[in-house]
Amino acid sequence: MKNFINLGRDVNRLDGYDKVSGNAKYIADYEFPGMLYAKVLRSPHPHAEIISINTSAAEKMEGVIAVTHSGKCSHKMGLYLVDRPVFATGKVRFKGEPVAAVAALTEDIAAAAIKKIKVKYKMLPLVDNIEDALDKNATLVHPDLMKYSYLPIYYPKKGTNIFNHFPLRKGDIKKGFKQSYKIYENEFTLPQIQHVPMEPHGAIAKWDRNDKLTVYSSVQSPFTLRNLLRLAFGLSHKDVRVIAPYVGGGFGGKAGINMEPLAVALAKEAKGKWIKLIFSREEVFLGTTVRQAMRARVKTGIAKNGRIIAEEIEMIFDGGAYAEYGTNVVRAAGYTCIGPYDIKNVKGDTYGVYTNHLVGGAFRGFGHGELHWAVESQMDIIANDLKMDPAEFRRLNVLKPGSINSMGEKITKHTGDMVACIDAVAKDLKWGKPSKKPAKPYIKRGKGLAVLEKAPAMPANATSCARVKFNEDATVIVQFSGMEIGQGCITALTQIAAERLKMDVSKLHAAGLPDTDFSPYEWQTVASRITWAVGNAIINAVDDAHEKIKKVASKVLKVKASQLDIDGEKVFVIGNKGKSIALPLIIMGYQYPDGHTIGGPVEGVGTFTPHLTNLDAKTGQGHAAAEWTFGCEGAEIEVDTRTGELKILNLVGAFDLGTVINPSTARGQIIGGMIQGLGSAVLEELKYKDGKIANPSFVDYKIPTAADLPDKIKHIFIQTPDDGGPFGARAIGEHPMISIPPAIANAIYDATGVRIKALPLTDEKILSSLKEKK
Amino acid sequence: MSKDITLNVNGIDHHVNIQGNETLLKVLRDKLGLTAAKEGCGAGECGACAVIYNGSPASSCLILAVEAEGVEILTLEGITPKDHLHPIQQAFIDKGAVQCGFCTPGMIITTYSLLKSNPDPSEDEIKKAISGNLCRCTGYVQIIEAIREAARRLKRVKGRRK
Repeated sequence: MKNFINLGRDVNRLDGYDKVSGNAKYIADYEFPGMLYAKVLRSPHPHAEIISINTSAAEKMEGVIAVTHSGKCSHKMGLYLVDRPVFATGKVRFKGEPVAAVAALTEDIAAAAIKKIKVKYKMLPLVDNIEDALDKNATLVHPDLMKYSYLPIYYPKKGTNIFNHFPLRKGDIKKGFKQSYKIYENEFTLPQIQHVPMEPHGAIAKWDRNDKLTVYSSVQSPFTLRNLLRLAFGLSHKDVRVIAPYVGGGFGGKAGINMEPLAVALAKEAKGKWIKLIFSREEVFLGTTVRQAMRARVKTGIAKNGRIIAEEIEMIFDGGAYAEYGTNVVRAAGYTCIGPYDIKNVKGDTYGVYTNHLVGGAFRGFGHGELHWAVESQMDIIANDLKMDPAEFRRLNVLKPGSINSMGEKITKHTGDMVACIDAVAKDLKWGKPSKKPAKPYIKRGKGLAVLEKAPAMPANATSCARVKFNEDATVIVQFSGMEIGQGCITALTQIAAERLKMDVSKLHAAGLPDTDFSPYEWQTVASRITWAVGNAIINAVDDAHEKIKKVASKVLKVKASQLDIDGEKVFVIGNKGKSIALPLIIMGYQYPDGHTIGGPVEGVGTFTPHLTNLDAKTGQGHAAAEWTFGCEGAEIEVDTRTGELKILNLVGAFDLGTVINPSTARGQIIGGMIQGLGSAVLEELKYKDGKIANPSFVDYKIPTAADLPDKIKHIFIQTPDDGGPFGARAIGEHPMISIPPAIANAIYDATGVRIKALPLTDEKILSSLKEKK
Repeated sequence: MSKDITLNVNGIDHHVNIQGNETLLKVLRDKLGLTAAKEGCGAGECGACAVIYNGSPASSCLILAVEAEGVEILTLEGITPKDHLHPIQQAFIDKGAVQCGFCTPGMIITTYSLLKSNPDPSEDEIKKAISGNLCRCTGYVQIIEAIREAARRLKRVKGRRK
């Protein structure tokens, strides 16, 4: 490992003071004079035609300033597939869909006014699950699907509920199965779940009479939001300004465009007034996005030596009422469909289908928690049937340097070390040795593990820009628009800047909260890509600033710029440190003794663009992964066979995250992700009754509390430097959530012999499976 | 129906005009400008709005402002010393217990109350104390470590004072 001055160090979070003191402002904390408050009327039905909307009683109420609905605002929105209207238009497609909105002098008046809006509905047939959606005579949730605009990398199917089909073909699947010694086929499912950021979504918008729009929002992607708002409302980028305060958790739920258009639509009706719309917790459940439900069928062919030689996988995602962002979840899951395995012959078909459920979208893991649930359960079934050690079976079959992955990319030693991750987890779990015998005979203990991989899922033109600005005293302000959503990017990116500047991080200030009028461009804070991509842009920005300093210094010192180097304090001639200029004397321009000055204030600009290609439409082959992070997660558990009660004794995760920028914040990402993964494994499920969501509250939708922690939880860093990452770093944000569910399911099998193929792994489900087994 | 009341918050009497249905959380945030306490659920399930109320932590979203007259209320702003941070706040930074920060004010309030009544809590006692404060980012582990660290530091401060 290199000798870094700012990396691999627990630099305290630069946003720490703001957040422990209450100084940090989130969207709901903003108030402006003359502000109006908004409320949304939502559909009580999952699928119905709108016969009429009558707003006259609401409009007549004292204190009501604006009322809007699809009659006034018929815009559609979407990042990848533009299928979602701001307000339900013609029909409602899920329970909770916005139908109308009111802005009033107070929240109470707005709340009373929406109750006075009369909407007449005529029920339509319900598309309540994947089977309904794929039925030959299915009701179409979007009969106009083919009229929507979408990026050409997606493949909706005419006359169906399929909004995207991603095919992947590698090798010769028929031959692979023909040569197989054993073939296994299983089906796995998982339900929709919610991100549950602690901060409810909110937006504050003002549409001025000169058609300039300003929006504050709890947003992961200020620039993409600006782009999608201007597309939806027909404005120019220069006339839309998005300002992003601290975000109280995102996890994908605040990516792309969300609820902002509701506030904007009201702002357009009440020009010149600030409109504040903050969602209630129930609205976060109903009116944002969720992780899509999925059903997967996996068929795997094994050679006599235990090598996987063929795999056919079909994944069907329940994208809910609108595909929008979720279109790309289908694609990302599709191109990684077999997980981190070296398999010669592959046939993958990944579909997204419309239903009348909550809208699916980006969620930490982005299709990978879903696909690994299926693949890593399947691998365990196979290993156990072959009487092979599940860890050894994986070591034999995972990607290694020289392997070709699902989409035809070659794995090198720089890609990461999957086997080292498996070894680290196995060691921590004392793999191969039986668990300590429990005191009671009805308690069964077991161990399980599961591997994972993920690359940032992004289009080939997802770009980043960063700036470094020198101050008079040679301290530096770093500017970027990666959003601080809790992951610690302000701190990590400032450390990267300091490292390249050869300065201590204390000499830097990060202007981390973006304002699209002033901040450098950033595509989105998603896909675990910020430290990696923006880190590279920052390195380029520092190099640009240094070139500018050297250009002036070369004139002053009368040497070539290439003969100069810069440390944190001065620019100097290489090999002659005495011949130098202190940075404060040059970074605002160099002044000669006679007063005349050359150069000027030094600002460096850097950009970064990943080198990616689109994937082949028929085979899914190409290069969509800018970098991979490999990992392995393990669990030791015990089950009370009388009650089905599951207790987590130990969770461990090892990830090859390359160079660790900040061990404390990296650990925070890993432990936090593993516990969110634990929630998705054993607790979380959005439940429907007659197509209506039945548990939109913390009373009925439980997430892990401190009381749910395992007895032990451990993170392990494997640090194989990434040759394309800033100082060798790679992504870690989403990965820790991904394979906790299969690791626990595999441990339950090890303990009890019961294989559960549907998440979540609740005590009730374990008990009923134990009973079935008897 | 509006009413004039006096709220004692962070040692200061505030005369405010409130609506009968307004929660203490809403009045703290909207009328007193004390926005550290957050609304995460509005139903007393998440702990983001915790304040010290009559010496104990309470969900200010469940208390009507009108009921709070005559009660001593302490918010995160009141815990924060004038020119530095409280040892609990510093321990949260030093131990990496902060991520998005939305639950942090409530967590610190709960910790403040816990360490007042139990200066040397066990790990289980800490877990129990904060089990009503939801955090989606951290997985709680570094929060628990910060609370233990804060307890150690507060004991040292107390020791020095003796």
